[in-house]
Formats: sequence, C-alpha cells, structure tokens
Amino acid sequence: MPIRTTRADLRTRLQDFIPKIVLAPSLAAILIFVYGFIVFTGYLSMTDSKMLPSFDFVGLDNYVRLFSLPAWNTALINLVIFAALYIAICTVIGLGLAILLDQKIRGEGVLRPIYLYPMALSFIVTGTAWKWFLDPGLGLENTMHLWGWTDFQFNWIKDRHMAIYTLVIAAVWQTSGFVMAMFLAGLRGIDNEILKAAQIDGASNFALYRRIVIPLLRPAFLSAFVILFHMAIKSYDLVIALTGGGPGRATELPATFMYSYTFTRNSMGIGAASAVIMLMTVAAIMIPYLYSELGAKKE
Amino acid sequence: MGFLDISHVSKAYGSVQVLHEVDISVEEGEFIVLVGPSGCGKSTLMNMIAGLEPITTGDISIRGRLMNGVHPSKRNIAMVFQSYALYPNMTVAQNMTFGLEMHGVPKAERDRLLADVARLLQIDHLLERKPGHLSGGQRQRVAMGRALVRNPDVFLFDEPLSNLDAKLRVDMRTEIKKLHQKLGTTIVYVTHDQIEALTLSTRIAVMNKGYIQQLGTPKEIYDTPANLFVATFMGSPAMNILPATIKVRDGVAFAEIADAQGRLQSLQFSQKNLASWDGKEILLGIRPEAITDIDGADRKSQNIQRFSNVVTVIEPAGSDTFVTMTVSGRDVVARMRADASVAARDRFEFAVNMDKAVVFDPKTEARIPG
Amino acid sequence: MSVASQDTAVKTGSIAKVFIYLILVLFALFYLLPLYVMLTNSLKPLSEITGGDMMSLPKAWTIEAWLSAWSTAQVGVSPTGLRPYFINSILMVVPAVAISTVLGALNGYILTKWRFRGDTLLFGLMLFACFIPFQIVLIPMARILGILGIAGSTQGLVLVHVVYGIGFSTLYFRNYYASFPTELVRAAMIDGAGFFRIFWRIMLPVSGPIAVVTIIWQFTNIWNDFLFGASFAGLSAMPMTVALNNLVNSSTGVREYNVHFAGAIMAALPTLLVYIVAGRFFVRGLMAGSVKG
Repeated sequence: MPIRTTRADLRTRLQDFIPKIVLAPSLAAILIFVYGFIVFTGYLSMTDSKMLPSFDFVGLDNYVRLFSLPAWNTALINLVIFAALYIAICTVIGLGLAILLDQKIRGEGVLRPIYLYPMALSFIVTGTAWKWFLDPGLGLENTMHLWGWTDFQFNWIKDRHMAIYTLVIAAVWQTSGFVMAMFLAGLRGIDNEILKAAQIDGASNFALYRRIVIPLLRPAFLSAFVILFHMAIKSYDLVIALTGGGPGRATELPATFMYSYTFTRNSMGIGAASAVIMLMTVAAIMIPYLYSELGAKKE
Repeated sequence: MGFLDISHVSKAYGSVQVLHEVDISVEEGEFIVLVGPSGCGKSTLMNMIAGLEPITTGDISIRGRLMNGVHPSKRNIAMVFQSYALYPNMTVAQNMTFGLEMHGVPKAERDRLLADVARLLQIDHLLERKPGHLSGGQRQRVAMGRALVRNPDVFLFDEPLSNLDAKLRVDMRTEIKKLHQKLGTTIVYVTHDQIEALTLSTRIAVMNKGYIQQLGTPKEIYDTPANLFVATFMGSPAMNILPATIKVRDGVAFAEIADAQGRLQSLQFSQKNLASWDGKEILLGIRPEAITDIDGADRKSQNIQRFSNVVTVIEPAGSDTFVTMTVSGRDVVARMRADASVAARDRFEFAVNMDKAVVFDPKTEARIPG
Repeated sequence: MSVASQDTAVKTGSIAKVFIYLILVLFALFYLLPLYVMLTNSLKPLSEITGGDMMSLPKAWTIEAWLSAWSTAQVGVSPTGLRPYFINSILMVVPAVAISTVLGALNGYILTKWRFRGDTLLFGLMLFACFIPFQIVLIPMARILGILGIAGSTQGLVLVHVVYGIGFSTLYFRNYYASFPTELVRAAMIDGAGFFRIFWRIMLPVSGPIAVVTIIWQFTNIWNDFLFGASFAGLSAMPMTVALNNLVNSSTGVREYNVHFAGAIMAALPTLLVYIVAGRFFVRGLMAGSVKG
C-alpha cells in the first residue's frame, strides 16, 4: 500500500501556521533578551571589559580574580547567612501562622490580609520605615529610652557584625505572610477525612500535625523553599533601601556587588562573572524544580 | 462506494501506531457505533473523521469527496462532545447558531432553523439561558441541537451519554434512537458502553488496540463474535469462556467439560464441521442466557443439552437470577428466570442451549466457523 | 486560594484558643508596625520627630510633609517633589501591563489549545526567564537600549518590563486555559471559527478572573521595580521607586523624615490600593507564581 502524507487545504495549513506566527514575537523576545543576553553576559565575563564592553578574551581570569576579591567573598558569606536565616525563619513563621489560622479562627478574614500586605509594597517604600525603626538614635532604641528603659540597646544596623541580621528581619517581615498563605492553601487542600481518621486512631493534635499534616505539606515546603531561595539571591532593593551595603561592606550581597562593580567601579568583566555565578546558583535550584513541575503535567 | 468511506486509515504518533489499516464504509442513514475499551483508537478515528487530527496514511471521504486535510468546518459534519462543549459565555440560542453564524448564514435563516430544532428537541424554553444554568440532560439536548441546526452530512457523537447518571442515560439513549429513526441521518457514534452500541446501532465496529476486531450488525456481533475479544467485550454479564476437549463420536462432535467435582460431562455441538478438532482443546463460549433451568430453556432451540453441576452462588437481580458454578475450573454464570428454584450448594440440572454455543481456537482466539 | 472552604477537623481547647489569638494579634501588630510608623510620622512636623517618640500619634497634625513630598521636595538635584516621577511610573506601568497581559493571554492560548511539538520545552524556557536574577541581563540590556535609541526613556522601560513580564503572564494564562476544556475549541473549529475568532469569542469572555490576576501581578511588580528603573531610567524617565530612594538618600540639608514617609506612602499608595480593593486576586497571583496552577 502506497504511503503518502495527507495534503491539507489552505485554510487548515494557515490555521496551523497562525499560532506559531503569533507566538513568534514573544518567543523571539525571550530568546534574545533572556537567553541571548545570558550568552552575551557569559561571554563578557571572559573578556577584559572595564567601563565599556571589550571583546578581548581572557578566559576564566575574571572568575579567578572574582573569587580572590574579599568583597565578593564577604558578599557570598553574607548571602549564605542571609538566605539560610531568611528561608528558615520565613518557613517557621509562615507554617506556624498558617497552622494557627487554620484553627477555625474568627477574624481570619481580617488577619490574613494584614499578614500579606507587605508583599504588595516595594522595599524601597518599607525600607524607609525599617531604616528609621532600626536607627538607634531615632527608632526602637530611642523609643525604649523615652519610655524609660534606658539600658535598652538595639544598634545592629550600625554594627558591622550584626547589620546583616537587620536585613533578615526586614526581609522576613516582607515575605513571611506570603509563606503563610502558601502553607494555608496547602492545609486547606488536605482531605478532612484523613484528619478525622487520624483522630479516630487516637492521634493528639501535636501528633496529628507532626505525623500527618506536615508530611502532607511537602509540596508546599518545596514551593516555599524554591521561591524564597530565588528571592534571597535576587535581593537588591532591600539592601539599597536599608543599609546601602554598609556599614563598610558588611551587608553587601552578590546582587549589589554585581551592580557596583559593573556600573560604578568600571569592572564590567568582574560584574558579568558575578552575574553568571548568581544565575548558575538560581538555575541549580530552579531547573530541577521546573522540570519536575512541567514533567509531572505531561501525560 | 459508501456515503462515508474510511479506507486503509492508519494513525501513528511518532513511532507509536495507534490505528492500523481501518476500513469502514458507511451507507447513508446508517448508525455506526465504534465501541471498544479506552485506548482502542475509537476516539482517534472519530477525530480524524472530524478533521481534528491529521490522518497518517489512508483516505477518508464523505459523499465521494476526499476529506484528507480539509478543515473541520468544511466537511459538513457536526459533533456532539462528551462534555457537550457548550460555550459557557453564550446563551443556548447563541450556542446553537454559532456555527451557522460562522458559516455566514443570514440572521433570519438562523432564527428559523433554531426555532425548528428547538421545537424538535423541546428546548424552546431554554433558549435564553446560559449553559451553566442547565441540567445535564438539558445540556445534552442543547449539544445535539447545536449539531442538528447545521443539518450536516454526518453526525459525530463522542461518548455523548457518559456524563449522565444511569437513569438519564437510558432515557437519552432512547431519545437519540428516536431522533435517528425520525430524521434518518448518518451517525458515527463512539462509546465504550457495549449496551449503547447494541441498542443504538445499525452496525457496530468493535475495536481493540487500534484494530477493528469485527464490523457487523448488533445481532452478528452478539451471536457470532469474530474472536474471543469481541465475545467477552460485548454482552453483560460476559460470555462464559471455558476450556473443553472435543470428542467426535459417529461423526457428531461433543464438548467434554468437567463439573465442580471434576466429573466429565459431554455436551453435543450443533456445529457440523468440528470433526478435524477431535481430541483437541478448544475454548467453548456460552452466553449466560443459554444456560437455564430445564423449564426455562428456549423452545425454539434444536439442541438443548443437560448438564448437572453444584451451584456456588445465587444472585437474584429482580427480573433474572444469576447462578454461578464452576465448570472446568472456571466460574460460569447462568441466567435464569426469577422464579427458578435453585439453592446454593445444591446439585442442579441445567439446560444448555448448544445452538448458541460458539467455539474458539485457543491459539488464534478466532471463532471456528460452524 | 481556597478560602476556608474546608473546616479543619482539628479541635482546640479554649485556653489554647486564647493563646492562639494572642500570637496571631501580636504578629498582626508586627506586620502593621512599619505602616503605622510611616503614616503617623508623615503627619507630624519635623520638630516632633527628631528626638520624639516614633510610636506616638502627632500632637500637631499637619499635611505639610505630604505637600512637600508631592511638589517641592528635593529629589536628586531639583526641587520638584515626587509628582513628575509618579507620572513617569504611570506612563511606564500602563502600557507595560497592557502589552504583557495581551501577549501572555495569546501565548497561554496557543500553548494549551494549539499545542505543537516542543511546546512544553518552550514554555519551560519562558518560565525559567521569570526566575533569573536580572543582574545577568543588565549589561547587554543597557547596550541594546542604547542601540535602539530608547536608553533612559519610558519606552525603554516599557520594553524591559514587557520582555521580563511575558514569562509570568504566560504562566498565568497557560495554567488557567489548561483547565479550560479543549473540546470547546474543537467544537468551535467544527463550527467554523478560526484562531482569532475562537480566542475572541470563546476564550476571552471567560478569561476575566485570570486577566485580573495577571494585571494586578504585573502592575504590582512593575510599579515596585527598582533595579531596572535605577539602571535604565536616567533622569527624565525615573520611576517613583527610584525617585523615592533619591529623596530619602539625598545627603544635602536636614533629613526631613516626615517628608520621606509621606513620599514612601505615595509610592506605596497605588499598589496598596490595588491590594485593598482586589487582595483576593493578588494572593491568587502570588500562589500561581509558585508555578502550580
């Protein structure tokens, strides 16, 4: 029997084509402005670009230099401290609040929006308040002194060893409500019959949460972790608004490092190399996550 | 050449072949049902008739016009979907006339066609409602109405009743059958429900694993299934299949089977051409209703054989009583009158209508023609 | 998000309940604190702030600081107040949101209803683009904007925000359309509707909720953006966030904290308003941002 492919009429062929034409601009934009740019930045990171891009190839020199820079190493250590505390505290507070809110609380409708509204605000906005609040001469310390607690000290933002923790406080303030919402959605998605069965089996509230509910929240934990992780790496406004990287370099993060080396210190090659490192860190977490999310949806 | 011709049609997704060389020729006014388990390729075949999926090889033509590659809207077909696929943002009237509007039918004409069909289906009072405010049965009617206003050459029904509850399904089945008898339209109907297939169709194509297993009238399919798959898929409860040895004595073939206690008994075949199978193992197929009590046996049958066996379980089902026993190591179901006096664990004398028995080759699983 | 649609089966005693309320209210105060501080102190005269109690309500209420922040405060080098930058932000946000939402809707429609080989990979590429640290694109973007002649302009910022907003808007629409029955599209095809007609007549009329989610999400993100604004805006197209940062960090003269706070609330007002009016949709956008649709 002769095998021949079927011919389509003009309309069908056109209909096959239109979706691709419509998709093309978006696709082109993404390919150029995201992936093309990634390649370009990757290339720049291997050149001796200073103030302007140069195309003299220097191999991995910039990376070697980058990792020998104290400023970069400080930024990395800061990121590790910041990310670890930020993710851990957000998760604990978020999960805690979600569990508490899930106890048939009256006024949930009022509390939930209050917990979440910081996500709607720019850090540049709330940073002004936080900066002031954390300033020993104006904010909490000053207020406590005025209220009669004269020994009270809270000057972390001026202390090069403690300043990084003020970033954590402000960042947790902004995001923990969102994490709460994620966990709350997870809790509400758990089949009530499972909980009833566990109670009939004699599980205490504590055991119920520890043995049944929290293990069932695994997907919410994973999503929360991934989201928080990439937010931590991208944290930029936060530092600019709160500490400007100081005192000294005490609160420099990779995001601010990249910006200052590229645009104010005229070391574009180094800046590009640091951006590549940031991208690779995000990719290491996001790609497996997206892969599993999209893969699971395939039939 | 038929009204709708499907010839040598195959479908492959990459290297996976999901339909193999399907040939069906449908006459005008026929009601063809494609039936089979999920994944048998019936929906793929329907989508290819509709033009929703391209044909890998082969031809489909309607009224002698080759349809390969023709846009769905230009095939003059209409389709009723499993989920009804009513546009949620449009009223019933808009839903039904959307296709006409797309085909440039003038408003007055659309309104006239709409009114006709709405009256026919008794949905006049629903025309201004949105689909969200309709019951399952009403949606089903609207979906059919949308197909009917188009006055297409071929109607395609894709499991249209499977979203309805049991009672409504039976009602709508009758409704569809009435509609077909009244309008005489050509219908291709996909279902996995063998009862729908048997009740509705003029012909059935039983499909499995991408092959047409048998194409025939409901009676042919039911009485002379082409192979074991068709025999067991069509009919409920399913046809009893049991291993038996053929013994030929004086030119007459008998099936030797064992009762629950392992005692061999013989049933004389009505088939005349089994001599060559003497001493060989075959698979004997007997429908439940062909095994009864002696008083309940079919009077028209030329060949009632008696068979005594111990009863395992009795399931009264209102109009019938199902009796389960063990024959040749298999569970066998008999369908009795409701008032047959059978008791579990007793030995009972069964009447087997061997006119209805079929024989399968255990190797090829094909029916051995009688 | 499913709002209390299911009661939890867990029961707690009444003493425990009191503790729970106590904790929940304390956290609510924690979240409200910065907003409270900003609001009260923006309504005080400067003299009351320096050396005063940050928690107390104003003794002499005044909107002086607000007026100053809006029209006379020193932003960078010029005493223009925040007004021109507020307008800049509006001019940037409106087209950027509109374009990225429309593109997202079309992309989502194609990726779910006109599927083709490799579409999942393509979507994966778009999705990953949502999560990249934008530092990786800053250098080439600056150059491209220069080459296109839109460096330091609002058009440039619109382009940037559209490009990096497509991923999310596509994600939202794709996940929404994925649960929209494909049979409807097929029915419309058989009825004779083409690609755009199906989109316009069948898909768009039911896209209201997801369009709201997407618009709110894009609006919030683009309005709040600082990195792109700081990198590409220049002086004339500077958006509100960057201007606010300049206002707050301008080193000349006395630090007018009340003006800073008034300015901060101004910069927050549009998103805050959206949140108050349509918080439900904002939360839904956030949740969808965690990929699961």
